[in-house]
Amino acid sequence: MNATVTPMKPLHPVLDIVDLSISLPSGADRALAVEGATLSVMPGQTLCVVGESGSGKSMIANAVMGLLPRPHVAPVAGRILFDGHDLLQLTEPQMRELRGRRIGMVFQEPMTALNPVMRIGEQIGEVFDAHGNVPAAEKRRRILAALADVGLPDPELLIDAYPFRLSGGQRQRVMIACALVLEPVLLIADEPTTALDVTTQAQILALVRELQQRRGTAVLFITHDFGVVSEIADHVVVMQTGHVVESGPAAQVLGAPQHPYTRKLIAAIPDGQAQTVPHDDLTRVLQVQDLCKTYHSSGSLFKRGRAVQAAKDISFELHRGETLGLVGESGSGKSSVGRCLVGLAPFDSGRILFKGRNLAQGKSFRRAAAGKIQMVFQDPYASLNPRHRIGAAIAGGPIAQGVGKAEAMARAMELLQLVGLGADAAQRYPHEFSGGQRQRIGIARALAMQPELLVADEPVSALDVSVQAQVLELFAQVRAQFQLAMVFITHDLRVAGQMCDRIAVMQRGEVVEYGETQKVLNDPQHAYTRKLIDAVPRLAGQADVSAKVA
Amino acid sequence: MKRTQFMLTRVLQGLVAILLIATVNFMLVRAAPGDPVSVLAGEAGASDPQFVAQLRAQFGLDQPLSTQLATYVGKVVRLDLGYSYRQQQPVLKLILDRLPATLLLTGSAFALSLLFGITLGALSARRAGTWVDSAITVVALLFYATPLYWLALMAVLVFTVQLEWLPGFGLMTVGSGHTGFALVLDVAKHLVLPALTLALFYMAVYARMTRAAMLEVAQMDFVKTARAKGVRPGRILRAHVLRNALLPVVTLAGIQAGGMIGGAVLTETVFAWPGIGRLMFDALLQRDYSLLLGAFLVTAAMAVLFNLITDLVYTLVDPRIELT
Amino acid sequence: MMQSDFWRRFRRNKGAVAGMVVLLIVAVVALLGPWLATNDPWAMVEQPFVRPWTEPGFLLGTDTLGRDILSGLVYGARISLLIGVVSTFVALLIGVSLGAVAGYFGGWIDAALMRFTELFQAVPSFALAIVLVAIFEPSIKSIVVAIAIVSWPPVARLVRSEFLTLRQRDFVQAALLAGQSTPRIILTQILPNAMSPIIVMASLMVATAILLESSLSFLGLGDPNQMSWGYMVGAARTVLRQAWWMALFPGLAIVLTVLALNLVGEGLSDGLNTRLHGKGK
Repeated sequence: MNATVTPMKPLHPVLDIVDLSISLPSGADRALAVEGATLSVMPGQTLCVVGESGSGKSMIANAVMGLLPRPHVAPVAGRILFDGHDLLQLTEPQMRELRGRRIGMVFQEPMTALNPVMRIGEQIGEVFDAHGNVPAAEKRRRILAALADVGLPDPELLIDAYPFRLSGGQRQRVMIACALVLEPVLLIADEPTTALDVTTQAQILALVRELQQRRGTAVLFITHDFGVVSEIADHVVVMQTGHVVESGPAAQVLGAPQHPYTRKLIAAIPDGQAQTVPHDDLTRVLQVQDLCKTYHSSGSLFKRGRAVQAAKDISFELHRGETLGLVGESGSGKSSVGRCLVGLAPFDSGRILFKGRNLAQGKSFRRAAAGKIQMVFQDPYASLNPRHRIGAAIAGGPIAQGVGKAEAMARAMELLQLVGLGADAAQRYPHEFSGGQRQRIGIARALAMQPELLVADEPVSALDVSVQAQVLELFAQVRAQFQLAMVFITHDLRVAGQMCDRIAVMQRGEVVEYGETQKVLNDPQHAYTRKLIDAVPRLAGQADVSAKVA
Repeated sequence: MKRTQFMLTRVLQGLVAILLIATVNFMLVRAAPGDPVSVLAGEAGASDPQFVAQLRAQFGLDQPLSTQLATYVGKVVRLDLGYSYRQQQPVLKLILDRLPATLLLTGSAFALSLLFGITLGALSARRAGTWVDSAITVVALLFYATPLYWLALMAVLVFTVQLEWLPGFGLMTVGSGHTGFALVLDVAKHLVLPALTLALFYMAVYARMTRAAMLEVAQMDFVKTARAKGVRPGRILRAHVLRNALLPVVTLAGIQAGGMIGGAVLTETVFAWPGIGRLMFDALLQRDYSLLLGAFLVTAAMAVLFNLITDLVYTLVDPRIELT
Repeated sequence: MMQSDFWRRFRRNKGAVAGMVVLLIVAVVALLGPWLATNDPWAMVEQPFVRPWTEPGFLLGTDTLGRDILSGLVYGARISLLIGVVSTFVALLIGVSLGAVAGYFGGWIDAALMRFTELFQAVPSFALAIVLVAIFEPSIKSIVVAIAIVSWPPVARLVRSEFLTLRQRDFVQAALLAGQSTPRIILTQILPNAMSPIIVMASLMVATAILLESSLSFLGLGDPNQMSWGYMVGAARTVLRQAWWMALFPGLAIVLTVLALNLVGEGLSDGLNTRLHGKGK
């Protein structure tokens, strides 16, 4: 009785990238965008390429599809093996054959990824037309099936609709439909959920997982979010400034990271553990009562005017040294409330009391506040005047309030030191600084006014994860030092959990849940809060956001 | 249904604009140096005391300003644009006689400039960086810098005087008595030079705009998506790039239409084309201000109409404008 | 530092450099006019209808009344540049002010100003210029005013759209929070960031103004005391068959100058990076 062992057929990777190097145009901050990258995607598996901005991860995705902006950026070494060919050696017509049919790709920005003047059905139909001759009736049937497959409602109506009728999440589904309609063996997804809300992101990730399981597609998924990696990756590749620094099965890389950079990235993720220090100053800085704000988009010849209620009966209080988190997705109204709080936007009804004083509407609001309510903005690339030196930008505030020029500049220098930039930064222009540094400058500018209430409107959303951690640390430091009352607006529950004493969860203009951070996160009452918490991509092995604090 | 509503609103706006321009005319007459009556009468009419007295009564020039304005606007609404003493005809009749010729000229020039301009601009964008692109750009720049009247004169010099290929004077061969198809052919031959010279400047404008718009659209995300689907370059150019690039060109065409009507004055003067532009030139020479202002009002009305048409075309072309 | 970036990009555009050279030549000719031109352009100094390059001292020949064409060109340069620059300046004053106010304040102020601007744009600008100059008697002053009046709307629209965008930028919001006054914000925060497209437009406006002025002179609406290029072409119209050079040279002068201005405008646009406007990174 001889037991014969049938040898397992060795699995060949669907995509095999060997030693790939991609050059950058002269004048860039380094010669090679990607250097010596090696990775492979197995059939039916998901490989995540993780890295921060500038790591070269998107370049790899574009190189596989042959969509690099040549001649400036071009592959200079290595091989990309797919279907038995080296993709780098193929001609353009040969690559065209593969695109859409054997390899599908989905991009990052759904709002600009579809042709605005072409119907949805036609945009999906193009894929068929590019790769063969499918008769019209059959084509229509398959387009409808594709739309239904990606979970879009009313395919019959959608097929004739234009993109502007769809939301970001819906457009991304259409993109996925286009990419998968001819059942390619490989799907490349370049940060497809980065521009989406957390709940929409969860839906799209679930969709990709489901489609992959059903069809056995291999997926190459580019992302910067380790939480996403944890949810969907079978294998992980970590990239830093063009080099692959670590790779391996997901559980291994996430659970026991070897490379210091990987460890740094994972550690930088806010874990939702509150790090607030208890304080007992009961000076009430801010009282908001039944704040209401409605946007009326003016009817024009082209549209009827619409009324959108951005804030409905918002009420809360804030004491000195306390931080309130306003958490919600896009359209929740959190930014509108933030703008009302600082006096940059008028509100329709309700009261805002600052240090007991009822602040009237409009310009007099800001005058009455005398600069004591300040804001830190979201986009580091738009929050500083490109034509002003940053020393002048920081000093400009106090000068406008009547402080002497010399004293204002001195204060600016001090603050620059405080936020971690040297005093010599005062003579430089914003474009000489990185995103994280510009946010620090923004904080310094707000602090120059010696505010008592600071409203931070998504101040770290546009930053890389490692930089994000540093800026959050700066916020905590500054808050403790100046005993600031802070309103922290964010869409990221993990960040809110780390920074805030209390959380108000907003949905469509209303506060659906309000209370102490740990209570809201551990024991959410409202269904929407529960949905938000569930949608947060969690790191396997990391303490749940909802875990109790020891 | 909404589209008719939109059109009616725009037509109403256009009418208001024309009335406002008429008011501007009124104010210009008052602001001019000298007696308003002599301005209205024109150089020839001012020498006839009976005519002057008639005008004074008609326009109520001894009445308060507001009544005068009401009278003037009232006349305009009833399409009474005054009387040209020099030509001994009502201004409206003089203008209506010339209107078809100008419409023919500007209409053809408009169509030609758009056709050639967009084609050359698209070609230039397709072959960006090659000698074709450079050649088209240089030619466009040259025509863009050339004064219309000088181009017209040079065209006459070369094609009519030296080469004797095409006529350079008037709408048709004088005294030939052509009818039917022969007439059409004759007019067409006379139309070539004026329409082409008027078109060339604007052709340059549209070519440059089309090129710039196409290059910009080619950088957009949805073009990358199309490439990622394996769509062929020809289709990408037509269905994705060009279709989106045409939108700003259509808008521009509406804005430039006014300029083209103004340019017709120069073209018609040089080619002795019997249109409103030529009429304005004659009115200038004869110091016939009633006629001048009347012609001006009509050219403004034409520009408003052109704008309306391009707005309508734009709503048909851009699906994001919801009219239903 | 920012200056040398600008010149580097400008220099890369060879057409712009060529245009700049031509423009400098024209400007020098205009400035040194009376010393360069040997004759008073109105003086009848020779036989009429002298062909170019036949008589020494009359390089480009003479016109129908025996006036020196070369001198006419030189003096024409002075008038064209003068009217072009001054009318553009006036148009900019009007357009930038109205556009800034409309774009900054928005609301009904914007709506009212926009209706006003649209009215001016609805009218064919050349026709309006003709009417204005005809009614107010042709002179340098009336021509400058007429050209300025028909030229300001595009500037106003550009400035308005720039201001509308910039007004919403976070750094302007921060300035509002700091308590900076409205005029200060408009002048020190927003306007410096809007300058690039305005400068590019200004150079194109001078070109258009020169074309407008020459067209008006061609029709006989030029200042009767000034010899201008357009007038020279107009005067040569009836003798085109015999004396082609009388119309050719002034026309070429116009083409060269306007072309140079357009090329410089493109160079400015490249140099100031206006097409990348708005992209912070």
